Amino acid sequence: MAGENVKHLTDAEFEEYVLKADVPSLVDFWAPWCGPCKAIGPVIEELAEEYAGKVQITKMNVDDNPTTPGKYSIRAIPTLILFKGGEIVDQVTGAVGKTQLVAMLNKVA
Amino acid sequence: MANTDYQLIILGGGPAGLTAGLYAARDQLNVLLVEKGVVGGQVLVTDWIDNYPGFPDGLSGSDLVEKMAAQVARFGLKTRNGNVVKVELSEATKKLTLESGEELTSQALIICTGARPNKLGIPGEEKLTGKGVSYCATCDGPFFRDQEILVVGGGDTAVQEADFLTKFASKVTIIHRRDTLRATKVLQEKAFANERIAFIWNSNVIAVEGEKEVERVRLRNNNDKEKEIAVSGIFILIGTIPNNEILPLDQLGTDKHGFIKTDQEMRTKIPGVMAAGDIRSKTVRQVINGAGEGAVAAIAAEHYLSELD
Repeated sequence: MAGENVKHLTDAEFEEYVLKADVPSLVDFWAPWCGPCKAIGPVIEELAEEYAGKVQITKMNVDDNPTTPGKYSIRAIPTLILFKGGEIVDQVTGAVGKTQLVAMLNKVA
Repeated sequence: MANTDYQLIILGGGPAGLTAGLYAARDQLNVLLVEKGVVGGQVLVTDWIDNYPGFPDGLSGSDLVEKMAAQVARFGLKTRNGNVVKVELSEATKKLTLESGEELTSQALIICTGARPNKLGIPGEEKLTGKGVSYCATCDGPFFRDQEILVVGGGDTAVQEADFLTKFASKVTIIHRRDTLRATKVLQEKAFANERIAFIWNSNVIAVEGEKEVERVRLRNNNDKEKEIAVSGIFILIGTIPNNEILPLDQLGTDKHGFIKTDQEMRTKIPGVMAAGDIRSKTVRQVINGAGEGAVAAIAAEHYLSELD
């Protein structure tokens, strides 16, 4: 039931889709075994709709894609990283609420 | 009747808040639940729950939350995501101020802000949080496949989660400041029987070290002898502290640890203000009594409101 606006990224796509993109991207690093990740899923889908065209809202399954999480030293999930122009603008770990994520996205949107 | 936005506001959406919301919405009060993150609270990070009745095969914490949330949704509970920064309580009006500056008022309030994991407060802990320092085995355990890790603590959570972590880690060492565990017997026996769990007694962690990630920790035993051990992860599971920073504690009344005191109907010293769940001063912190307290608090709120009319 993943929202149609949420792009599911692989390690292979990450550089092209996120780092080299003209628009900012939010990457939600998650895994199916992670309760808090599951809990923020619906929020991510809402944001994808609301920020369509402004910020790319994406998810990366860390079980299937170990390289990118390794590169960013991610050892806790959910971790959400906001990228712009190939750089990290902001990042947050844990089941944070929509209000906090909106404040984060509005830095670049 | 006072001129407020709502009859009842529930502050916090863990099992206590969701159950209070279930009762209040089902009884058609004008009620709002305010949650700063996502509903569920600490249960969300509980891997498996075998002692919540009605689920004979057990279920994961996040599945239990999902079911609770679906149940309150069925009765149309209004929920609102927002970070409350100020709580002002008087007999007539309970007023919450959100980070945005917006104010929400009610005649009755149920405080279910819960608790959060305690920290050690040692060098390196903050810097390496999420990079090997963790407070949640179920969230972060799978990142430590075939690695050696440390669990700090001797209570139910520490011992249960150490056992869980051996699903991933090659070796889990429990470090405890005493020479006996406080965890319940069944959990202790399971841990002692687990070949992948080792123990270091009478010792404290005094520092976490590493450049980009956790590489080692420094320990000191009760005879002041120090040593260093190489680990890639350290799980700190040493109890909880109350989420009480926004609350007027003097007015509410707390125990010495900052948990709110109530009577057996969950009423605080302030008329129309109840507290339920892990924020309450009590000895047992389980999902089942959190939920039960939420129900009691909602009924107390209803009594309070009906007497105002």
